[in-house]
This record gives sequence, structure tokens and C-alpha cells, in this order.
Amino acid sequence: MANNQHPQLTGAEILWASLAGEGTTTVFGYPGGAILPIYDALRKFPTIHHVLVRHEQGASHMADGYARASGRVGVCMATSGPGATNLVTGLATAMLDSIPMIAITGQVSSKVLGSDAFQEVDITGITLPITKHNFLVTRAEDIAPAIREAFQIARSGRPGPVLIDITKDAQQATATYDFETAAPPVYRPHPMLHKQLHANSPSIKQALELILDAKKPVILAGHGIVESGAEKEVIAFAEALQIPIASTLLGLGAIPAAHPLQLGMMGMHGESWVNNAIQQADLLLAFGMRFDDRVTGNLASYSPNSQKIHIEIDPSEINKNVRVDVSLIGDLKQVLNILLPQLGAPSSPTAPSSAKVGSHDASPWLAEINKSKGTAAVRDIINLPDNGHLYAAHVIHDIWREAQAAGRLENTIIVTDVGQHQMWEAQYFKHESPRSLVTSGGLGTMGFALPAAIGAKAAQPHKDVWVIAGDGGFQMTASELSTIQQEGLAINIAVINNGFLGMVRQWQETFYDKNYSASPILSPDFVMLAAAHGIAGAHVSQRADVTPTVTQARTSGKPFLINFQVEKEDGVYPMITPGAALHEMVRRPVHDPLLETAEDE
Amino acid sequence: MLHTFVALVQDKPGVLTRVASLFRRLNINIVSLTVGESERPDTSRMTIVCEAPDNAAHRIKASLYKLETTVHVDELNRSEAVIRELCLIKVQVGPDSPHGLQSRSQVFELAQVFRARVVDLAPESIMLEMTGSASKIEGLIQVLGESNYSILEVSRTGRMAMRRGHHTSRVLKALGNPTSLPLAHFPTLDPDALNEDEILPNEFDEA
Repeated sequence: MANNQHPQLTGAEILWASLAGEGTTTVFGYPGGAILPIYDALRKFPTIHHVLVRHEQGASHMADGYARASGRVGVCMATSGPGATNLVTGLATAMLDSIPMIAITGQVSSKVLGSDAFQEVDITGITLPITKHNFLVTRAEDIAPAIREAFQIARSGRPGPVLIDITKDAQQATATYDFETAAPPVYRPHPMLHKQLHANSPSIKQALELILDAKKPVILAGHGIVESGAEKEVIAFAEALQIPIASTLLGLGAIPAAHPLQLGMMGMHGESWVNNAIQQADLLLAFGMRFDDRVTGNLASYSPNSQKIHIEIDPSEINKNVRVDVSLIGDLKQVLNILLPQLGAPSSPTAPSSAKVGSHDASPWLAEINKSKGTAAVRDIINLPDNGHLYAAHVIHDIWREAQAAGRLENTIIVTDVGQHQMWEAQYFKHESPRSLVTSGGLGTMGFALPAAIGAKAAQPHKDVWVIAGDGGFQMTASELSTIQQEGLAINIAVINNGFLGMVRQWQETFYDKNYSASPILSPDFVMLAAAHGIAGAHVSQRADVTPTVTQARTSGKPFLINFQVEKEDGVYPMITPGAALHEMVRRPVHDPLLETAEDE
Repeated sequence: MLHTFVALVQDKPGVLTRVASLFRRLNINIVSLTVGESERPDTSRMTIVCEAPDNAAHRIKASLYKLETTVHVDELNRSEAVIRELCLIKVQVGPDSPHGLQSRSQVFELAQVFRARVVDLAPESIMLEMTGSASKIEGLIQVLGESNYSILEVSRTGRMAMRRGHHTSRVLKALGNPTSLPLAHFPTLDPDALNEDEILPNEFDEA
């Protein structure tokens, strides 16, 4: 449509043409009165595939999952009023995790704006704090510039969601469409970024001094590595000086789990040796992470003896939670590329020249961390002989082994919901490549998994996509099963069913005297529910059945739901209780009544 | 402590909400906020005075810049600046009350001392206009009260601030006119970018 003649188009057509021009091929949405002109024009744009969702919240999570799985900007749309408010949770989820996403909402005609018209809601007002930016467009000629600027904002700097509210009269009016002249001004980076950091910048020099002096450095690898595309640089940095790497939840996969310097996940449910290493470190290198309360534990006792270097693109994150000694504000990849050439030959104290990548004994520090793994590395639950109980850890471990055995590890995306299973997934599924884990970290949105998996599969149709969800969260958005079937997406669904809102139950067990208030949850027969949607499924309650069923699901080429009936009162360990220091972990009880039952009986 | 920010923002609908919402989100109380046209087209200048911890200035400024509508932010805490407030005061005073025939002339005298102007004279009231620092305005209000005049209405604009010296013009020169200057120059010209030798002020250092 967009040729040099600068055609006169309706606002609705301009919207689609601008989206197509920005490279959008998939839109997740739900029609309604105030967005009907846009839906009417959809048929003229065959390059764009519209996925009809069952609830607008699903559309927002799908756009989010699409963006997380591919790195491209996800797009969702909804009508005014309730359609728009249903997007709110998805926008907040994307905002907290810095996901590039565009939400388009219809709005009542500009002539009646502010009159409480039918299905009118002030969605730009509502989403002000949960979007990176939002627009209210009331004229057809403003649509293309708004869309183009929205894409630029969504993917520049620290990414985030952008909402564009378009009144119905703007959709219906006509205007000249010219994609090129609608381009926004050149992106202006956050003005407080360091002005052209270079090899001789004092802060770079200061950082290098700290890095080369460190005896016990640890890299904290966050989501920013993936957003910046700095995976190779971080690995090169770590290898050059043999610095061990601890990952945040959203940083998992950025550094392959199998990499000898990758320690694993830090934080509330992180591995004991990872948290201990952070506490004992003399230098923390925070790469694209924001010291969330879930990774620091009690701030007063967080890594007390370390100097801290924070490489971060958002200046408002510097010194927010944790005081840092050197801040390098900028794109991680660019900053690392300034630092890397200056690390020199691996002759620093931490990396003897004889050190080879992969040798865990390369330095006393790595040896110390390795030693601290002790028995903690031997996972009691994984190594437990089959005692007739099915544990979620086994299920996740077997899904991982299945992907590995099939040689599909790099082509498998796990999309989790929020809760115990999410933590077990992070602990037991070894992610080897970036964007292989899609999970709601910052907002912790239950109900995220199923719709986000649809987005991930739409973005990466050739990859195996697994939903891992609990019985609670799955029911929040289970209506999207219908979307899966309508789109014919071969998504595998593992429901980790323990009859409880598991994480709530675990907290009630630990902090509320086992007063299981409102945490037991009744569920429908998930296999029958899937069957009602025409989706095949199976129940699994025996450990021996896990792998064969997982194989069946993966190779079926169709959507497949497995209901894993797992141990009811299992807990996620280790666990740092709120207010406790990072090293004060609660370990899995040695005399776990759960583990003893089988033998006792 | 009180922090004073002067922000240049795009003059678009909703900009005030965005700024105000930011402070609400950060749980920081706005003491005063004034907005008006600036010397540049389509751009407003705001003076925001807020009560926040000593170390919060950097984060507030960084967060203000994260609003897409923000052009420039200047923090005036540690700099030489002219800070003024405009105030209208309506005093109940007639030709012979409350202090007899001297009533009006006494108010005129006070106004003269405080360099306030009489802008309205009604049978039973006088309206005074004055500009000055907050303490000067409070001084006049206090003296009027102590002289047993009853104040009917007070309307204050809140503080407006402007840096002394050439700073602002340098800023504007660097920023240029968005329509005439290639925006690609922003990154290098931006006066607010941290200099190479500048290390971020550490907010955790207690004053």
C-alpha cells in the first residue's frame, strides 16, 4: 500500500500499513465496537496474521511471549473500555520485565471523549505508570507517526511496552500516508548516559583496576545481557579472567548452563553455592540486572565485603537498591567491548596463564566455590530412588532430559507460570541458549504461561514450546486452549498439579503455622478439559510414565496436555525467608516427612 | 530536604499528569509545581519543589528523563539560582476599620516595606501582589496577622527558579531548536550527559 504516490488511506488502513512497515507479521487481538474500523481494514493486509484470543489479557501475554521468544516487538490490540482494561496485567508484566511490546486500543470518538460514553475508559490514564509511554491519537494523520515513534520507544534503550489509544473517528477519517515522513526523530538516548565512554575514561580505568585486583569476583548475569545481545561478550569477559557467573531468573540461558563458569541461579530459591559465592565475593560485576529484592535478600547484609561495578542502561537503577562503587551507564555490549581489549592476557592473579577455560581448579576462588557445593550439589530429590511419589522436580528434569536426548535443547522454549513450578523449572531445567525460558519475573503474573506460550510458538514455530504451569495459574487463562486449537499450534502443556496454590501453601506452612487458608484448590480434569477443546492429553502420576508421555507429547506434532499429579505438599528449597541474608538459606529438611513416608510405610 | 528541579517539557496534553504521576509513583510529595510557557515553541518550563530524602535527587532526575516528553532537567539544589514566588493576598480593610482612619495607609506602608503592590482597592478589602522568596511572602503574611488584619484569601504560585549566570543559555544553545538542528547531534551535545571524569554522586553517602 505504501508506495511513492503517498495514497490517501483511512486511519485504520494507515495503522495496518504502519505496523506492516515496522515489520509486524503477527497481531494478537480481540475486536469490539470502537476498533471495528481497524478490523474491517485487516483483510487488505494479507502479510499480517491476526490471532483471535479468548480474553484480551491473553493477547497482551501473547505479544509479550512473542517478544521474549524472538526479540522482535510483540503487538496486541483490543477495543475500548473493558477490552483495554483487560490488557493492563499484560502491560504491567511487560513493563516490569522490560519487554518491547505495542498495545493498540480502540477508543470512542473524539467528539464524545470524556463523556462516559459506552465502553469509554481513560486507558492512557490507567496505563500511565505501567507503560514506557502511551499515546492518545485523535486524528488519522497522527496515526503513522505515533506508531513509528511507539516502535522506536518500545525497542530503544531499556525496552518496554507502549500503548496507542486511537479514537474511532481517527480510524475512519482519511489522511495522506507516507511511511518515510512519519519516521520519528533520531532516537535520543537517556541524557544521563555516560558521554562516550572510551578506553581511557576514568570510570573505565577505575572499573579495570577493581576487576584486575579482585581475588573473588562474581558476575551477576541479568536479563540485560539478552536485551543487549551481549552473550558472547559476557562469556569472553568471564573466560578471560576465569570469573564465575551467577544468573538471575530472567538471565537464565544467556550463559549456557553447561558453561564451566556458570554457577546457576542466585536469589531467594537460588543454589546455595551461588548465594554463598555472592556473599563471600570481593567484587560483584552486575551486568544488566537491577538488584531486585528477590535476588538480594536483606540489603543490610548483602555481599558485605565486595566492591560493586554496575553496568546498566537505565541511570535510575544506579544505587537504587544496592550502593555500587563504579557505575558504567550504557549499553552492556558496548561497555564490555570497551573493557574487553583492556583485560589483556589472562595473567591477573585470578587467572594464571596456565589456566584453561573449563578447568575448575584454575583459581583458588573457583576451587572454593566448587568445594562449597559439597553435598548441596547432590540433589536429594533427583537422586531419590522411586518411592512411589511423583515430584515436580522429576517431571521438569525429565522434560529437560527428553529435549537433550532428542538434541532439541537449543530448540526448546519453556514457558512457565508463576509459583513453585517456576522455581523448580529454574532449578532443574538447564537452559543452554538465550530466549529459551519465558517467564514473568518482576510482576510474577499467574496465568502468564499458556498465552505467552502461544506468542512464543507464533514467533518460533519450529521450536518445541512447553508450557509448565501449576494447577492454579493454568486455570486463570485456560480459555486460551481454544486459541491453541484454532491456530493449530503444537504446544506441549505440562500441568504440575498438586491440588494447592503451592507457593502460597509453602509460605503458609513456613510463616503462618500451616494455616492453609484458601490455598487448596479444586481443579477440573485437565485432560478432559483439553479433550473438550479437541486437544489430546494424558494423566501421569507414576515416575516411570513421565518420560514416555513427554516423548509422546513432543513428537505428536499437535498440542498435547499432560496432567502431572505430583506430591501435594512438596516445597521449593533452598529458600531465603524475607528479611534474611542471602547466605541464611533454609535447606530441604533432612528428615522430610514426605521423603520418609514411603520407607516408613 | 527540599529539592528543586527545573524541567523543560514538551507542551502536549497530559504532560503535567506524567510528571505528577512520576512523583506519586516514587512516593514523593510535591511541595509546589509551576508550569508555563518557555522561550521555546511547544515547550513548557516547570519548576518542581519536592520533599525527598537528601540522596534522592539523582534518581528523581534520572526518572524524569525517562519520560518521553522530558527535554531537559536541571537540579538546582547546589547551584546559584534565583527563586521567586508570586503571591496575591486579600486583606479585610475598609476606610476606617479595623484600626480607624489609619487602617488603609498602614497596609500601604507595609506593602511598601515588603515591596508589594496594591492591585485592587474595594470598599472593604485590599488586594496585594508581591513577588519574592517564600520567606519574604511569609513575612508579610505574618506581619499582617500580627497587626490584627484579617487575611481573607491567599493565593501563591509556588516557587519558580532560574539558574544564575550563563548556564541556561548554554543549555539551550546545545539543545538547539528541535526542528532546525539535526537531532542526531543530541547524544554528543547533550549538556546533561555525564562527563568522562564524572562519577555519579553516590546517594548512599549520608550528608
